[in-house]
Parts: sequence; structure tokens; C-alpha cells
Amino acid sequence: MAINLKVNQNRHSVSVDPEKPLLWVLREDLHLPGTKFGCGAGLCGACTVLLDGQAVRSCQTPVGSVGEAAVTTIEDVASLPAGRHVVEAWADLDVPQCGYCQAGQIMSATWLLGQMPQPKDDEIDAAMSGNICRCLTYLRIRKAIRQAANAQAKGSAA
Amino acid sequence: MTALVAVSRRSFLSASLVAGAALCFRARLTLADEAGAGAGVLNVFVRINPDNTVTIGAKNPEIGQGVKTMLPMLIAEELDVDWEQVRIEQTLANDKLYGPQSAGGSRATPVNWLPMRQAGATARQMLVAAASAQWGVAADAITTGGGMVRHAPSGRSATYASLAAAASAVPPPPLDSVPLKPDSTFRIIGTPRRGVDTPAILQGKPLFGIDTALPGMVHAAIEACPVFQGTIASFDGDAARAVKGVLAVVPINSGLVPKGKSDALAVVADSWWTAQQARKLLKIDWDTAAQTRFSTQGYAAQALAAQGGPPQGDILRKGDVAAALSGAARTLSAKYDYPFLAHATLEPQNCTGLFQDGALTLWAPAQSPANGRRQVADILGLPPESITIHMTRIGGGFGRRLMSDYMVQVAQIARAVPGKPVKMIYTRADDIRHDYYRPAGWHDLTAGLDKDGRLVALSDHFVSFGADGEPVRAAEMEETEFPAQIVPNVHFGVTYLPTNLPTGWLRAPTSNAMAFVFQSFLDEAAEAAEVDLPTFVLRTLGEDRMLPAVDRAPQFNTGRARKVIAEACAFAGWDGGRSKGRTGKGRGFGFYFSHAGYFAEVVDATVSGTGEIGIEKIWVVGDIGSQVINPLNAEHQVQGSVIDGLSQAMIGQKVDQVDGAIVQENFDGFPLLRINEAPPEVAVKFVTSPFPPTGLGEPALPPVIPALANAIYAATGRRIRSLPMRLDEAST
Repeated sequence: MAINLKVNQNRHSVSVDPEKPLLWVLREDLHLPGTKFGCGAGLCGACTVLLDGQAVRSCQTPVGSVGEAAVTTIEDVASLPAGRHVVEAWADLDVPQCGYCQAGQIMSATWLLGQMPQPKDDEIDAAMSGNICRCLTYLRIRKAIRQAANAQAKGSAA
Repeated sequence: MTALVAVSRRSFLSASLVAGAALCFRARLTLADEAGAGAGVLNVFVRINPDNTVTIGAKNPEIGQGVKTMLPMLIAEELDVDWEQVRIEQTLANDKLYGPQSAGGSRATPVNWLPMRQAGATARQMLVAAASAQWGVAADAITTGGGMVRHAPSGRSATYASLAAAASAVPPPPLDSVPLKPDSTFRIIGTPRRGVDTPAILQGKPLFGIDTALPGMVHAAIEACPVFQGTIASFDGDAARAVKGVLAVVPINSGLVPKGKSDALAVVADSWWTAQQARKLLKIDWDTAAQTRFSTQGYAAQALAAQGGPPQGDILRKGDVAAALSGAARTLSAKYDYPFLAHATLEPQNCTGLFQDGALTLWAPAQSPANGRRQVADILGLPPESITIHMTRIGGGFGRRLMSDYMVQVAQIARAVPGKPVKMIYTRADDIRHDYYRPAGWHDLTAGLDKDGRLVALSDHFVSFGADGEPVRAAEMEETEFPAQIVPNVHFGVTYLPTNLPTGWLRAPTSNAMAFVFQSFLDEAAEAAEVDLPTFVLRTLGEDRMLPAVDRAPQFNTGRARKVIAEACAFAGWDGGRSKGRTGKGRGFGFYFSHAGYFAEVVDATVSGTGEIGIEKIWVVGDIGSQVINPLNAEHQVQGSVIDGLSQAMIGQKVDQVDGAIVQENFDGFPLLRINEAPPEVAVKFVTSPFPPTGLGEPALPPVIPALANAIYAATGRRIRSLPMRLDEAST
């Protein structure tokens, strides 16, 4: 069955089981491997993507349920205003260690700053608590989100 | 990616562990001129490009420890180029060409500190020699810097690129006599450098093993016997084979059962999703009769029973413990234990293989590709040199990928579908239920103090796992376990229980458990001696001296230990510990020496009325020698290690075995610490000492666990003697 998808501003048509998770359609069928498989159960956040700007776990999202929603993945997150600030802060602070979870972290952080431009520390922790980092880079993740929020505030004030 | 490998010049770098302690090196660069050497290729690590950039080979697996950035920094420093000129390529796995290539034991720094610098320095010297010949000036009148060669008296200068072709024809100087820069002139070593792959990670580029994509690639799921060492009695793969897209069902030997037997079935399909769906249709009868008796409850009961009697054997017996205890002014006893742990790397185990024309190519996220090559060669009956191994970036190692089971498995799958690249990926349940676990252990400790509060006797009946008097992997305890080398009367006895669980090294292996046991028990001893733990450890250490290496255990510098303890106390403003108030707030201390690093840590913790543990701040002081090569990464490694220790200790991490199999399947049952559980601050400070630099992937982890346990005692008066920490069960 052909399923139409809008991913990273491009339209795609894939012939797959509608029950196949969006994660595996992105990785296997659309050759976008930046979105990562971690747990397959919505517990680690490595597969986080944006669906019309909303952070979702793509391993728990049957591709047949995506419909008209625009999918944004790590490969194009920098095209979003908040995403650009997040990626720049991540690069500046050298947040990744192994780097495997960081796509998911960045997607969640981008969603957070889209919703809440100046999150408080406990709001950062609450919003990011679904994203596991096995290397435990959390101190730099917090710092990078604060830095991105400040850069975003300066940008919009200018 | 293969450019650095295709060169005809060969260098051999060999490092050896010299009996005893510090790592010493024999480094040898054997360069043979052969026709067709690439222009600008100065040795297997260094290629000068026409645009005056320099391509440097990174030889070790990158698991997030920063080695892909750090080793090239050493080469670039001595090559005398600017970091901005450097391009980095991962080399192939080929230890004959590149020297040891593994990510384990925090050893990349000590093993490579000299050889990598020598590789850079010889290349620089060849460029200088080329300029000297071209200009007809003395080599010692030539200086270098920023990828340029200069002769001040004549005002001449040239780029490395313009000299590269001539330099590549210069006979390389002997590696072990090439002059190296004095530390005071370092311009790259000791400066903060971002990870070489960070930009690609932030763009979602395919870097990791799981991202491997090859033309015509097929995918494999694997159903392995849930009971370790169990085998396939019979199976029916017809229903799985009938699924559209399925290509094959392949019996596999994962390396845990005798050759000729199988303990897993692989389903190969046109997508991993399809393979997983078809896997559910497999019908397998397992033969597990000999292994279902093993369970974690059973081990705990056996350990308790064993500690009621004499140990099976001795690790250390010196002096007369019985006499010393009977003459002691005070004695104390306590039992400590810790559980089996999984590694739970966030990138599940995976590997890609292509078997073609009798040769195998692997794309492996492996911490020890050389071990994998040996095991794959053995199971397939292939000559090791017919196996090519590409080292991918690795989504977390922590010791899990020192094991090579995924390489062994995919090699057999690839052989069953020759000519087709095949990528095998574990599910999270596969990954947690088919790990090589940190072994559990139980300690029954007694200490004796003299009237001055000095430790005069120490005994332990340690119970862990093994057979025939030998521990299983990572279950050993060293006779040097601190402070056994200093205390006059010591008995470390041991009993090994049988298990079918495969065990392995988890970040800071053995130390991650021993530090908790011994630094917590020493806190109890310190209290009995009416001093705080830093005072007690300093008193025990005594004067500055070198304690000798014994077997695998390295020598121990008491002066370096004293220094980090004193610095940590000053850094944290240690005031004897907030130990008397039982106010729900407490401060704890821990010191440990492992992987050649000396670390002292202080934890400020809170415990709520409902037993919830909170961390206010952690202070860390470490001594890893004369240089912190990349301070930006060093701070991060320490912070990650310390929070990893908290993850092991305070959120319920353990795996349980029932009827021979592991119960936990995902991050609900086997939690990893989340951002809302992370401390607000981990302050890190290094003190330097005049010793060659050592590694940082591990040694900061062990002390934080006892420091937290001791902080909880200070806060509540309750001793934590069992991991994971549970305040509802802790005794007082």
C-alpha cells in the first residue's frame, strides 16, 4: 500500500505495511538514518522526531497514522529557528560523547524551545526526562538548552 | 576511508606491558620504500594533502571517549601543524599496521602517548630533511610551525604540501630516537578541542554501526536461546520462511556453546522490520535442562551459606589476622553486596557482514576488533587475514563491545547469504537479555583497630563466580585491594559459585564494585576510630612512597593519593563531614585508584522522608599525570563517569536471573539515569604530577558510589551495604 509522507519539506511515497513504525520507514525506506533506534518501546527517546512541530517517538508511531503531518528529523532540524539555535549550542559546547542519543535530545530540545522559549531548570529537566543519554551528558545538555534559549531571545529581540 | 590503508609504507608500533606497573613502550617504525607510495604519505598515520591540509589516521575505536580526536592531537602536535589544518580519518582494523587498536581499560592514552607523538615527529623530520636538501641549508637551522617550514637566515619558507613529495622519499628517522617537543612548547596538547565527529552527529550523518548501508543489503533479526549455554534441540522455520521478504533462516553458534551446536536462529529478510515480524513465527525447542537451575535468588542463598563456612581459597594471607583481631582495641564487621549489571549501550548490538569469494568484510561497532577477528576466523575456519574489518563509530561501549558475539553471529549469517551484505541488529530485549554481565559479588568483612585508631587487621570472605578456583571474567579481586598492601595482617578468602551467565567488563571493571565495598567499609572503620574518612585514609596511607606492583595490579604512589585527597577536601571545603546531625543532608567522601588514575570525590546528598535520594553537588579531583590532553573532553568524561556511577547506585539498576534466563527486557526494568535525576553540578579539577599521562574513560567512576553511600550515612545514620541502594531496606 502506498503511503504519502511529508518529511523534511519533501514529499515521499512509500509502499510499506502501515503498521511499520515511522522510525523504520525513515531509516530503511527513506534512507534517513539520523533518527536512532534505542528501545522500540518509547522509553529512551532516541527516535524522537517532530510531527507538525510536536515531539513524538517514531518507534511508537505507525507510519499509517502520520497522514498529512509534516515530519521533521535531525537531518533538517536546523531549518527551524529553534532548531538552529539548539544545534549551534550543541556544537559550541561539544555536547555529544558517543553521540547516539543526541538526535533525539536535539529534537526534544527544539520542541521545548518552540513551546517555551525561556524554560526554567526544572522545566528543562521535565521536558527532557524522556530522552536517555547513556553517556550521561546531561550537564552539557542543560547548559546547551539555556544557551540556545538565550541565543533565540537575542535573535528575536534584534 | 581507505586512503590511509592503501599505502605501501608500513609502520609497526608495538606497546608492551613491562612487568609490574607503568606502561612502557617499544615503538618501532619499519618503513619500506615500495613503488607507488602515495604522494605526501609520510607514514601510515600522516598524509600531507596538496591544499596543505593534513590527513591524520585515527586508529582506535571511538565509543564516545574522544579517542578519535585525542590520538590525532598527539600526532598533530609533533607534526607542528595547526589543528585547523587537520582532517581525521578512521583507519581500518589492522594491528600489524597500526599497533594495538582497542577501546578498553582506559589504555589508549598510556599506550599511545609516545608512539603517536613519534609518528608525528618523524613525519615532521622528513619534511625538514626535504627542505634542507632543497635549500642546501643545515636541518638544524630550519624551524616549523603551522604546516610551514622556515629558514630564518635566508628568509626562505615553504608549505608542507610543497615539500610532501620530496619528504615521502626521505628515509624515515628511527622512531624511538626522534626528538620530541618539550611539554612547555605544546600548542595542541592540553588545549580544548571539540570532537571531530560532532558536526556530523548534529546533522544525523550515518556514522554508527547501525547506520551501515550497502547496495543490495539485507537485514537480520536473531532469536537466541534465552537460557545461556542452552542449545537448539529442534526448530521449525517454515512459517517464518513463508513471510514475504524473508530470505533465509540460519542456525547460529553465538560462541557460548560447543562448536557444531547452535544456540540461535537468524531470520534474514529484505528489511529488519520484516525479519522481526517473521522471527515471531519461529518454533524452537531449546535444550536448557542443565542451565535452568541458575537464578539470582539461588546465588544469594549460596553466597550467604558459603560465608558461614571457610572460603574455598585465598587471594591474600599475610601476618596473623586472628591474633591481630583478638588483640585489637576495636573490631567491626559488615557484609556488602552488589548485583549483576547489564551494559545497555544505547546503540543496540549490531554488525554488518559481507561474505564473498571466501573472504569476509565486517562493519563492526567493536571495542576490540582484533578479538573479533580471531573469534570469527575460528568459527568460520577462515585465515584471519581474509577478514577485513571497518571500525564504525560506536553508540556507547562501556565494555560491552569488548566482546565479539555480534561479529561471530553476523559472520555466520553472511556466510549463509554469500554475496549479500547483511546487517544484524538486536532488539533492546535481545541486548539486555544477551549481555556479558558485570558479575555480582558478596563480601564479609572484618577490621581491627589498635588503640590509636590504626587499621591493624582486615579480612574478607569474598564470594563471586568462577570454576576450578578461577574467577569468571571480571569477577576477580586483586590482593592489592586498598589498603591490603599497607595493613600488616590481612586475609582475603574467596569462594566461587558456578553460573551459566556470561560475564564481562563494565566500565571500571571490578573497581566499580570494590570501591563501593572498601571505601564504605573504611568509612565505618573511620567512624570507629572517631575520625572522618579522608583523615583515616591519609593516616592509613602514611608517608609518600611507591607500593610495588603485584601481578596485574600496578604500583601505587601514596603521595599522589595523598595529594588528590587533600585537594578534594580543599575543593569541597570538607569540614569533617556533616555526619552528626542526621538532618537528611549529608556529605560523603570516597577515594579510589584504578586504571592508573587517582581520584578523590565528595558528594553532598539529601534524603527525603520517603527515602528519595537527591544530589546537591559533587566535587572531583583527579591525577592522571603530567598532561590533560584534551581538557574539554576530560571534564566531560569525568562528569559522565561520575553520573554513570550514580546510575549504577541510586536508581535500582540490576539484572535478575530466573530459571537460567535474564528477566529484564527494557529501560523500564533496567533503568538508566535520566536528566531529572542528574546532579545540578559536578565540579572537576585535575592536579598534575610528573608522570606520563594516563586515561580517563574509567577512573573517575568508582569513588562516587561510596562517596554517595557515605553521604547517605551522614544524612540518615543508615549504612548502605547493598547495591542498588534501597533506603527502605538499609540497616541502621
